Amino acid sequence: MTKITYREAVRAGLREALQRDSKVFLMGEDVGKYGGTYACSNGFLDEFGPERIRDTPLSESTFVGAGIGAALGGLRPIVEVMTVNFSLLALDQILNNAATLRHMSGGQFSIPLVVRMATGAGRQVAAQHSHSLEGWYAHIPGITVVTPATVTDARGMLLTALKNPDPVFIFEHAYLYSMEGELEDGPPAVDLSRAVVRRPGKDVSLITFGGNLWKTLAAATRLAQDGIDAEVVDLRVLRPLDIDTVLASVRTTHRAVVIDEAWRTGSFAAEVSARIMEGAFYDLDAPVARVCSEEVPIPYPKHLEDAALPSVEAVLQTARDLCPRSKK
Amino acid sequence: MSNTEALNNTRNLVLRLLNDIAPEADLTSLRPDLSFRDQLDLDSMDFLNFVVALHKEFQIEIPESDYPQYMTLNGCLAQLSAPRS
Amino acid sequence: MADFVMPTLGADMTEGTLVQWKKQAGDRVTKGEIIAEVDTEKAAIEVESHTTGTIERLLTQPGDKVPVGTVMAVIREDGQPTTAPIHEAARRAAVTTPVHRVEVAPVSPPQTGRLRISPAARKLAAERGLDPAHLQGTGPDGAITLEDIERAGAITEVTKPGGVADRQARMRQTIAAAMARSKREIPHYYLSTTIDMGRAVTWLKQANEARPMTERLLYGVLLIKAVALALRRVPEFNALWKDGAAVRSEGIHIGAAISLRQGGLVAPALHDADQLSLSDLMKTFQDLVKRARAGSLRSSEMSDPTITVTSLGEQGVEIVFGVIYPPQVALVGFGKLVERPWVTNGQVVPRPVVMVSLSADHRASDGHRGGVFLAEIDRLLQEPHIL
Repeated sequence: MTKITYREAVRAGLREALQRDSKVFLMGEDVGKYGGTYACSNGFLDEFGPERIRDTPLSESTFVGAGIGAALGGLRPIVEVMTVNFSLLALDQILNNAATLRHMSGGQFSIPLVVRMATGAGRQVAAQHSHSLEGWYAHIPGITVVTPATVTDARGMLLTALKNPDPVFIFEHAYLYSMEGELEDGPPAVDLSRAVVRRPGKDVSLITFGGNLWKTLAAATRLAQDGIDAEVVDLRVLRPLDIDTVLASVRTTHRAVVIDEAWRTGSFAAEVSARIMEGAFYDLDAPVARVCSEEVPIPYPKHLEDAALPSVEAVLQTARDLCPRSKK
Repeated sequence: MSNTEALNNTRNLVLRLLNDIAPEADLTSLRPDLSFRDQLDLDSMDFLNFVVALHKEFQIEIPESDYPQYMTLNGCLAQLSAPRS
Repeated sequence: MADFVMPTLGADMTEGTLVQWKKQAGDRVTKGEIIAEVDTEKAAIEVESHTTGTIERLLTQPGDKVPVGTVMAVIREDGQPTTAPIHEAARRAAVTTPVHRVEVAPVSPPQTGRLRISPAARKLAAERGLDPAHLQGTGPDGAITLEDIERAGAITEVTKPGGVADRQARMRQTIAAAMARSKREIPHYYLSTTIDMGRAVTWLKQANEARPMTERLLYGVLLIKAVALALRRVPEFNALWKDGAAVRSEGIHIGAAISLRQGGLVAPALHDADQLSLSDLMKTFQDLVKRARAGSLRSSEMSDPTITVTSLGEQGVEIVFGVIYPPQVALVGFGKLVERPWVTNGQVVPRPVVMVSLSADHRASDGHRGGVFLAEIDRLLQEPHIL
């Protein structure tokens, strides 16, 4: 196993994709000369040239639309949108074109587009750069939505996404880029279909994805000190959701907490909670609980930002409250 | 109701009251001519509760000086079936 | 906030099993009110609250066996700020972390007619043919959970007929431990004297003639009252041995030895026996014997005795050589009331007499004071009307 940062993992995936297939190209704001807002494409301009590493104007609708066109024309574009907040400018292209054209053309057109974007808060970049809207994208049929949380997934999901005939949206939690992790052995490409149990346990299922996986694992470690054996499920793929893995976990533990950095109302956590209710109601020993962000635009000051986001402590307390009294 | 029936009823009632006081005692082997106290391991508190129970059940006053006459099953039956003035 | 802990209900009790809560989180309790039922080696004991307030949260679940001193519940004393049990965790979290608030769905009031039970627990109860209606929920918002159903099965096990023999065996062990400790640690000395009971017996006979049947006194009650009043004069015998010294007890709580017919004995407290009239003492004693045999004593009755009085006279023994029940420092034993030739004013007359004995801890008292104690009991029994 190799130790590597999440940023390096993303970069390794991009590089491998660019090397493997000449139809692959990277496009987005600052991906070329600047080397990527998060330095994921540092040095690529020299290595692959301006044809394949293209800086774009600050116009998300235009370059996402161009990516759709390129994919229709037979290329394999990787479009980088700086943050999910800005992707809203491209929402018309994404929802009305990328997600619908296969359907509207009776299967004649496919759009093998990969869009990467940063998501999430925690770096004091205030309300216009900090939101977690991947749950919104997961609402849209016709696209795949993934949230790599580990370095293995950060590298491998991109490679698999490029093989997909339909659009894949990769949400990279901005907080993770500088995090180090062990790159798992095995083929770099990973599946885009399964949720994974990151930590087995029998008392409560902590269900999460993306950047909150690490907070959740930290909470699970502390719960273990209290004698509560928490299972941590990393959803990995929000659409199509692997609900079977979630239900199997809940059927064992009888309790579930869903951790999601989005706002609670209409969050992806709400969807997971509803699916658990539909699929495992008679196995539940307590109501499904959620830990989400406070319903405010993510604040700028450090203490307020911390207070607005799901914390290890909040996961801990919520899980404890669900567990039998003998466990508290 | 014949005398025999009446006696049987009284006997059953007395045994029931004893059973209430000493639920774990085996009343089937109770010898009617011997004291309850030894057979059922009753103490003075139990015995007092027994005579108070008789008092309530049979609506009779039992002076303390008569207590010894209620210490066997036969004694109880004799007292309880005697004509009352 | 006051802690409600697993109490010591006897010298050698190290742990107890919570049988059931008599109160729920949110309920008011007043000092002395029964809050829980605890199973010890000796009996199921009703445990009283030492505090007046509101139960903040229950921490131990029925069926749990916990060591003495374990906090089983938290009681918010009157005047303390409210924190709803469910928010307690969130409140604590707020102290240690940035202001993250754990939002919890508002707790709806218990619905009438609809059992608060988790879907999984309901299913398990159905599978086991168990009616969950009478169970006490320990889950979120007091809901009945899987664990409650599983425990319900376990408790049924305990109360099965087979449990009686088991309890007797455990009681035997407890008595064995207490008595062995007593003989190992306490340097006993023994004193005895014979008391003329003529006056007391005559007085009692007359008193009972005047009383309705249901209010008659037992002779044993006179003995207990006499011991209680005598202790006022020799308070060193009404004490507990703690940390190398005798600590005199404030109240005179006579532990009355009560034999259980299935075997074993208990000596629960008659609280403030010196202050009760004979009638009240009789009623209290009657109630105590009844509950001792039904296995429903209260915690204070088990933990409060400051001295033990035993009367083995009913079985015909004339003198008792008692073993002190630690940490008490004395035990008074009465033998059988017998008619004996008695010399009074130069005449030999038949008299009902009783042998009273004192077993006392020589660390706490000396024989001279023991003699004073027995003489005082004798004196009081010569004046039954003042008892």
